Amino acid sequence: MNMASSLNSCSTRLVAADQLVAVAQECLNQQMRFLMAWHDWDDQTCVVRYLLSQKDHAEFVLLEVRDTDTLPSLAALVPLLGWYEREMHDLGGLEFSGHPESFPLIIHEGFSISPPPLGRTAADNPLQAHLQGSYEPPSMPEVQGDQVQDLYWGPVRADVVETGEFHYSYIGEAILHYHPRLFFKHRGMEARFAGQDAARSVYLAERVSGVGSACHALAYCQAVENAWGIEVPLRAQLLRVIIVELERLYNHFHYFGQLAKTTTLKVGAATGFLMEERVKQLASQLTGSRYLRSLLCVGGLRRDLQAEHLAHALEGIIDEGEAYLNRLHQTATHLDRLMGTGILSLESAFDQGATGPVARASGLDRDLRRDHPYAAYHKLRFNVPVREKGDAMARSEVRAESLREALALLVQASGRLKTGPVQAEYTPPSGEQQGLGWAETPRGTLMYAVRIRDGRLQRVKIKSPSFSNWRVFPLTVHGTNLMDYAINEASFGLTIAGCDR
Amino acid sequence: MPLWTWTGLKAGKAATRWPRSGSDGQEGVLGMPRLDIDKCRSGCDLCISSCPTQAIHLVEGEPVIDYGRCIVCQRCVEECPEGAMQSSYDWAFGVRQRSDLTWSAALESHEAEHLRKRIASSQRRSLHIRHVDAGSCNACEAEISALDNPFYNLHRLGIFFTPSPRFADLLMVTGPVTAPMHDVLLATWEAMPEPRSVIATGTCAVSGAPMDGGYAGGAGLEKILPVDIWLPGCPPNPAALIHALLLLLERMPQRVTGGQYAE
Ligand code: SF4
Ligand code: SF4
Repeated sequence: MNMASSLNSCSTRLVAADQLVAVAQECLNQQMRFLMAWHDWDDQTCVVRYLLSQKDHAEFVLLEVRDTDTLPSLAALVPLLGWYEREMHDLGGLEFSGHPESFPLIIHEGFSISPPPLGRTAADNPLQAHLQGSYEPPSMPEVQGDQVQDLYWGPVRADVVETGEFHYSYIGEAILHYHPRLFFKHRGMEARFAGQDAARSVYLAERVSGVGSACHALAYCQAVENAWGIEVPLRAQLLRVIIVELERLYNHFHYFGQLAKTTTLKVGAATGFLMEERVKQLASQLTGSRYLRSLLCVGGLRRDLQAEHLAHALEGIIDEGEAYLNRLHQTATHLDRLMGTGILSLESAFDQGATGPVARASGLDRDLRRDHPYAAYHKLRFNVPVREKGDAMARSEVRAESLREALALLVQASGRLKTGPVQAEYTPPSGEQQGLGWAETPRGTLMYAVRIRDGRLQRVKIKSPSFSNWRVFPLTVHGTNLMDYAINEASFGLTIAGCDR
Repeated sequence: MPLWTWTGLKAGKAATRWPRSGSDGQEGVLGMPRLDIDKCRSGCDLCISSCPTQAIHLVEGEPVIDYGRCIVCQRCVEECPEGAMQSSYDWAFGVRQRSDLTWSAALESHEAEHLRKRIASSQRRSLHIRHVDAGSCNACEAEISALDNPFYNLHRLGIFFTPSPRFADLLMVTGPVTAPMHDVLLATWEAMPEPRSVIATGTCAVSGAPMDGGYAGGAGLEKILPVDIWLPGCPPNPAALIHALLLLLERMPQRVTGGQYAE
């Protein structure tokens, strides 16, 4: 049986495996950018897909390689694909010949799972295998030298933080090499969707990355709506904007609290966290959930929200938020630590796949809300802040501007609300469909690709912004010093749950 | 006076005094569904099929909720045609016995049993917590971190987080315990001095739901560690966390017994 469906919102091009490198080069020459890669099975046949965005063009490009599970690696040409290929190897059992970093990524040393959980036979029985093994230290290329010292930090680290294991090789204060081992938290989220009712799996998307619950719900719903051709009513579109901009707002306040904490600005940190708390309390009064969960559904919203007076409710937060950002921007001791810290060049940002505020701070002017509009963003006015320097300072400036834009968007969107339905009527079609959904989260590009058959999810691919930015982050650590590490990490604003999935 | 000190002083105290007085900060936060069994129509199983985590079962023809599997998604409330499943603001769900999260006809008291294992009085005054993320979605961490923000200001209750398990009295675990975190979690617990306590924090850590049954492992703490407090919620909000902590320290009473929430 052939796959009856094709992916919406994309112009698809079938590529033979032996042509892949040449075609990828051609795409790069046309200034396209790779966004993600994933594999799927058409019955027993392997399909590998590469999603690209075009310059100044809303339509995505999809390269599709069929009928082989051994492909040439594109990682040397397109470094950001390195992790996607390693993931397809670990979880799908695919081979990528000539991969420059052929180490395990998701499945740690000491662990194994057979057959692979997203492999050829997995569709018949998704839960036939379990991840098994015991802890082993990572196999690392050794850094040798007289005074080189090694520090392993984690998986359980100080403070209330997510699990990850960080390895530093350093001399004195200078970090020679840094390697984060992630994926301790890998929960197999993509496989969890398989076989579920597509209309009712929003709750899973909401739990991929808790502080991105609303954006994950939105991208997931849009993917299913895209597959099924559902038009969401305007009121729901505006309310969706309000929901995800509230999420951006509390994330950005948290970001500044965390950043101030690393520069040892105690009141600055406390203020950021207090502002975050106030936004969450406002969110729960408006929606019943501090994390904006259980609100979205395929076709719109589960229930209407009374957000007409949001601008009024936000007044205090707008004034104090502005005063807070200004105060931070006048604090020399804070700014001194950010300037010149953790520089990411435009070239590395592009090649390695940086996204969101991190990318925009290095001069990469991209924002899905503007470039590939969704929900009601095409009806709203907002700016996309960009900086050139690529240091922690630039990253925090982009976040500050983006926080202000979020506040302005909330006021604008709530002012546009008119009464109307918040749910589209639809009947899930039979047969097979595919869809793509996306959202610009507080951390950058989030994508969901779904394949549905007779209302049930067959394959869900999630590309989270932190998966992209965790790959980029170590590049800004090599050659810097230990004192700046925490500041630099905070300036990236990463999460691990979204990356590990 | 330096700018930040001045603004800090000017802003005054942001901290609530809850539970002694003041707001718990959870206005509007929806909690676990309540079941009004008198309204329930026999032979209907819509709530059961609506629940994504199989938290509801039929026992002798009547629905029984296991709150240890509830992720507060409100779907049973939406789908119940009789209004028997109702939204509530019940979120202080920390309990000492896992079985107290399921409705039971015989409301037996576990308190007697509990008294035999009293918290050492030295711990009742101050408590040091080590947190371990065993595969959470990060919302539970976000709520635990919120305890340190100026509104909840956990220090006022004599409760602190500590980086080293060697100084910790309490292990707070989030996440369903993924395969790579199993040994790491046990090693952290082993490193703690006795007496030591454990709070299963969030529905994931209580039962694994909705993450249980996958290839990466994880069905919560039940078979892994001796748990002192089970706290479902997805995530449990900061006030629910404070309630669970004070419950552990015997400074607040348990709200839920046999699946019933007491006002
Ligand atoms: S609110 Fe709880 S019991 Fe009801 S459907 Fe959701 S998870 Fe199940
Ligand atoms: S209990 Fe809910 S909020 Fe907490 S980690 Fe699990 S899925 Fe996330």
